[in-house]
Amino acid sequence: MKRDLLTSLLTVVVLTLVLGLAYPLVITGIAQVVFPGRANGSKVSFDGKVVGSKLIGQEFKGRAYFHSRPSATEYSGDVTFFGNAGPNSAELRDAIRANLTAFIKREKPCDRSLRREQVPVDAVTESASGVDPQISEANARIQSHRVAAVRGLPLARVEELISDHTDGRSLGVFGEPGVNVLQLNIALEEAAPLQ
Amino acid sequence: MAEGWLQIGLFVVVLVALTKPVGIYMARVFTGRPVFLSRLLWPIERFAYRVLRVRPEEGQGWKEYARSLIVFSLVFWIALYLILRTQGVQPFNPQGFNSAPWDVNFNTTSSFVTNTNWQYYGGEATMTYFSQMAGLAVQNFVSAAVGIAVVVALIRGIVARSGRAIGNFWEDLVRTLLYILLPLSILGALFLVSQGVIQNLGHYQAIHTLTGGQQVLAQGPVASQEAIKELGTNGGGFFNVNSAFPFENPSGLTNFVELLLILVIPAGLTYAYGRMVGSQRQGWAIFSAMFVLFVAGVVVVYMAEQHGSPAQHAAGLHTAAFDGSTGGNMVGKDQRFGIADSSLWTAVTTVTSCGAVNAAFESLTGIGGAVPFINLGFSEVVFGGVGAGLYSMLLYVLLAVFIGGLMVGRTPEYLGKKIQAREIKLVSLGVLFTPLTVLLSAGIASAAPIAKQSIYAGTNPTGFSETLYAYLSQANNNGSAFAGYTGFVQPHAPGNVGAHGLSFTDLLGGVVMLGARFAPILFVLAVAGALAGKKVSPPGLGTMRTDNPTFVFLLVGIVILVGALTFFPAILLGPVANGLSGRLF
Repeated sequence: MKRDLLTSLLTVVVLTLVLGLAYPLVITGIAQVVFPGRANGSKVSFDGKVVGSKLIGQEFKGRAYFHSRPSATEYSGDVTFFGNAGPNSAELRDAIRANLTAFIKREKPCDRSLRREQVPVDAVTESASGVDPQISEANARIQSHRVAAVRGLPLARVEELISDHTDGRSLGVFGEPGVNVLQLNIALEEAAPLQ
Repeated sequence: MAEGWLQIGLFVVVLVALTKPVGIYMARVFTGRPVFLSRLLWPIERFAYRVLRVRPEEGQGWKEYARSLIVFSLVFWIALYLILRTQGVQPFNPQGFNSAPWDVNFNTTSSFVTNTNWQYYGGEATMTYFSQMAGLAVQNFVSAAVGIAVVVALIRGIVARSGRAIGNFWEDLVRTLLYILLPLSILGALFLVSQGVIQNLGHYQAIHTLTGGQQVLAQGPVASQEAIKELGTNGGGFFNVNSAFPFENPSGLTNFVELLLILVIPAGLTYAYGRMVGSQRQGWAIFSAMFVLFVAGVVVVYMAEQHGSPAQHAAGLHTAAFDGSTGGNMVGKDQRFGIADSSLWTAVTTVTSCGAVNAAFESLTGIGGAVPFINLGFSEVVFGGVGAGLYSMLLYVLLAVFIGGLMVGRTPEYLGKKIQAREIKLVSLGVLFTPLTVLLSAGIASAAPIAKQSIYAGTNPTGFSETLYAYLSQANNNGSAFAGYTGFVQPHAPGNVGAHGLSFTDLLGGVVMLGARFAPILFVLAVAGALAGKKVSPPGLGTMRTDNPTFVFLLVGIVILVGALTFFPAILLGPVANGLSGRLF
């Protein structure tokens, strides 16, 4: 018993030093030397200033930008939580209905042929992370009409920008394709700055 | 859906392919034979024994083994609790966080020491880097190693040729950490950083967004913790939204690798088992039983989630997939994972006792959400936690041998050892302890008015699901959650200012986790001790085979039977009521 206690105490000290400090600090050291950009959050810049991370979505308002997905956390990067709406929640139904109406109201004037059954699910539902950096390709295609009209760009040019900022499946297989909203909007600002 | 099935298929193929090499490696480690890392690690191992005053050549009987394990876990519990309580004055605290309330710390400490990683706190808003690294991540390693040590001890008991020693706890602990968990974590962490998982010790960064808004980006040593969190089937996220947060899991590829990290040890252990008992077929038989139950779960979740939820349909949203859209229930799911990867993860994290999530469980469809319930209802024997899954499954194997023996009227025997009254009593206690703990605690929490404040969804099937799942998850040392359920009231601001715990919920959960982790471990070690002393008799004509499809079928049947009889009525009231009625609440 005494020996168990002594060994346990020694083990706590040794393992805390080795696994709790040496391991993460060595990994941090290597990461900071070999992958400094990624280890610090894959920042993206516009006009020489850091404006965010390409991995963390942002909220966009107004008619000149591509809009990100709805978010339970208003795109908080330091206080995250799930929306936790149950599958049979009447509140969830009302929220999705409101999002759907707003989406159609926003996009329909520039995309006359838009019908309700064409609205992709991601456009009107809250993500898990609250900071989903991507939207679906279908979502981006619909929004491209409005953005092209407001920015005075040819639709083909906007579609080109979308495909430039679409992340395919990893290695062609894993995950779903998605359009990175922040990077796309940065590219838009560069292509056709708002006055 | 074809691309989704392809990903799921690929995952399964890679998993099966890894099972053998990983199993061989682990079997060599557990039996003290050299592996390719030995040249490097052997001197470190010797040194560790000297420093820790361990004499590895001294075998321990089951009682001594259990005593070392319990004392060790108790000391670690106290150390972690102290670290969490005093985090405000420790280094690596760039945000100046205070400590969380004592009752939340009690729950968290019990949670990490038991390999559960149930979290009533949001990591990035509650924990300092020191608490994450030196407190929680250390437990991720250690609690995983304890689970593996127990199964290795049980295997030694099964194969022992009339001895009483079942190994040396300290040796098993050191070798598991040094040869298996640490090397794989280093590899995993470096890979994750290379893919965009962050790893730094800096301040959270305030950023002016493109449109002139404000966003604060949490930082931290995430990759080093993420790797062991998956590998040790721990599951406690650095961030509150766990592996859904892009800094923990940025792409389809990291998602795939993290899923493999979760399953590779539990799957490999079945092969190591076959090798150690001297019959590979025995290992594959257990693997097959687990595999069938796992794949069935994946298929059900994926189809249910792709169908969409009643709330979506009632809102007039079309949930069919079409070119450029995943369709399905995207509530609480991120675009880069879509329906397929979120569904696969949901099954993987609940068959193992990992509990990390990349989607919001509470927003799963009724039927999709019933799968995590059922997986937990099977007491985490479908691959299960590292070590814990296999030792729990071996209890079921002994139960199946006993029931099979009764059915054909022969003395039950497993691998040449007679299974008698003492073993079966211990096995039954081991098998039933966790389910009974779940029903009792969930019953108390549902009935007690004081526990109502923990529920988010209100008085309806979803609210009941939250409560039942909370205790299912904690008792099975899983840690995933229908996350509306809470034991911690924190204003939406980091640093624990003005936060308070819900003591009843925190304490009940903590006690449940400790009990349902250590009581079964004691039963398992007692079984190991009982079996170790038995003579091996050669198989005769009347011996029931335990390595053929008939036995696999029997084993799967018994796992389902015990799980269903125990939990079916309760699960009906929660997710199944949601799934079948389609009513909105």
